[in-house]
Amino acid sequence: MEPQAIRDRLSEEFGEIIPELDESGKDPCIVVETSRITEVCRFARDAEELGLDYLSNLTAVDTGDALGVVYHLYSIRHRHTLVLKVSVPREKPEVPTVEGVWPAANWMEREAWDLMGITFDGHSDMRRILLPEDWEGHPLRKDFKEKPDYKGIETTRPDMLQQFGQLDKLEAKEAEGKEAAEQSDD
Amino acid sequence: MTEITVRDTANPDAEEMVLYMGPHHPSTHGVLNFMVETDGEVMSRCVPQVGYLHRGIEKIGEATPYPGFIPYTDRIDYLAAMFCNQGYAMTVEKLLDIEVPQRAEYLRVISGELNRIANHLLTLGVFAMDIGAITPFPYTLRERETINDLLEELCGARLTYNYSRIGGVTHDLPAGWGDKVLEFLDHFDLILEEFNRLITGNEIFIRRCADVAVITTEDAIAYGLAGPNLRSSGVDFDVRRDIPYSAYPEFDFEIPLGEGIEGTVGDCYDRFVVRIEEMRQSGSLVRQALASLPEGEIVGELPRRLRPDAADVYIRVESVRGEMGFYVVSDGSDTPTRVRTKTGSFTAMGIIEKLSPGLMIADLVALIASLDVVAPEVDR
Repeated sequence: MEPQAIRDRLSEEFGEIIPELDESGKDPCIVVETSRITEVCRFARDAEELGLDYLSNLTAVDTGDALGVVYHLYSIRHRHTLVLKVSVPREKPEVPTVEGVWPAANWMEREAWDLMGITFDGHSDMRRILLPEDWEGHPLRKDFKEKPDYKGIETTRPDMLQQFGQLDKLEAKEAEGKEAAEQSDD
Repeated sequence: MTEITVRDTANPDAEEMVLYMGPHHPSTHGVLNFMVETDGEVMSRCVPQVGYLHRGIEKIGEATPYPGFIPYTDRIDYLAAMFCNQGYAMTVEKLLDIEVPQRAEYLRVISGELNRIANHLLTLGVFAMDIGAITPFPYTLRERETINDLLEELCGARLTYNYSRIGGVTHDLPAGWGDKVLEFLDHFDLILEEFNRLITGNEIFIRRCADVAVITTEDAIAYGLAGPNLRSSGVDFDVRRDIPYSAYPEFDFEIPLGEGIEGTVGDCYDRFVVRIEEMRQSGSLVRQALASLPEGEIVGELPRRLRPDAADVYIRVESVRGEMGFYVVSDGSDTPTRVRTKTGSFTAMGIIEKLSPGLMIADLVALIASLDVVAPEVDR
């Protein structure tokens, strides 16, 4: 099925909450109302003619003014794809989980929480996955500021070029010292 | 098979023990950790803990201009760097509507499929070694060395190829390279037979793998397994055929599926055999591509500045560990807003907790090896 036909089928079921297909980007997508995403996903998986049973990718995006979650779906039976998106405000980034629809979402949503700080309501195990449990902040957010150190380990390194410069100075000093020593021997 | 009870009912005082397998353990293929709850040899739960190799590659991507990120993609999966390079290059090509010359597409297929053989050789050798068969490992490494030499001659690197570039590839074929590859492939067919005699048909090996850690078709799809892991559970899905890209539509190749020849569909043995068949198919693809290699440029015409308009694009490539997805969001500047890589190892790790109850600890080793998990690809 083409994305347009999939949209029409979804809109038949859900009515107004399914807007027109967004074709501004390279992949046409449907922006779904955040609170209804689980229902829409479950229908997309279960409806005979949609059969979107394979969650290829679930990820979070920070567009600056808002955060978003993107779902890339694929149907193994019908060999078609669909892109769903939801948008959430930065202050209250809460999205219902789709873990019950595709168990694969379990880890992907944990990653989205870990790196982008989006909480997935109803998720069974909302822990950090890639970063240590005591890490502060969510690094993929645009306003994330790296701390100068983590548990006493510095997070920045001195400039390599500067270090080379210091090495040159050191060598020059040593050479001077040698020369002075040789002269005093004479 | 004998019945295995998870708890020792005759001795209700027996306590469960929590064991940490890893982060440094010979069978964890990199730095992975498994928290195992066990009563004797039988696990009641195994929780993978990942993140030890997290290098923030996605964050680096946001700070790097489009062409500058390609060397970093090598480090996402150092055993299949060709596919990482190609996947990222393809996203930028799609964002900027760059046309890639046909010769470059063929070179990507040739180098990629050689890379696939090299990776599967390592995987299968290590798989056999993990469950106790030491001999096959040097045999597979020997053949893999030849491929590493060939790829080094092609692009100057043995693992971090940096070969696909936006719009094409870096180097054309060196003189006489094609003949060397064909010579290797002829030799490799015989080696595969030898390898099958050595390990694939080995009674002990079969008993260690058949019927162990069976992944059903439904679970494989629901947990988003990818590539050989998905296909060995009987799911007929290969990105190269189903979402065609590059020059793949021009070649004939079969997609091997798990058939449960020694046990059940989706067991560890199926995951082993599917990879052997994939190597055969890759060899055939390389032969076909070399035979019909078109003449022409190896890099397409690029705009002077790589500044795609605001858009987002998701590209799938069939890497050795299955569907590898690159999701890139551009905002009109010369660095992307978001770079996301979806990898096969990540989803494969996600199914281990589901499969673990009732599994023996020794079988966990077989399961991890058969899923072909590569730690840097999980953590990125």
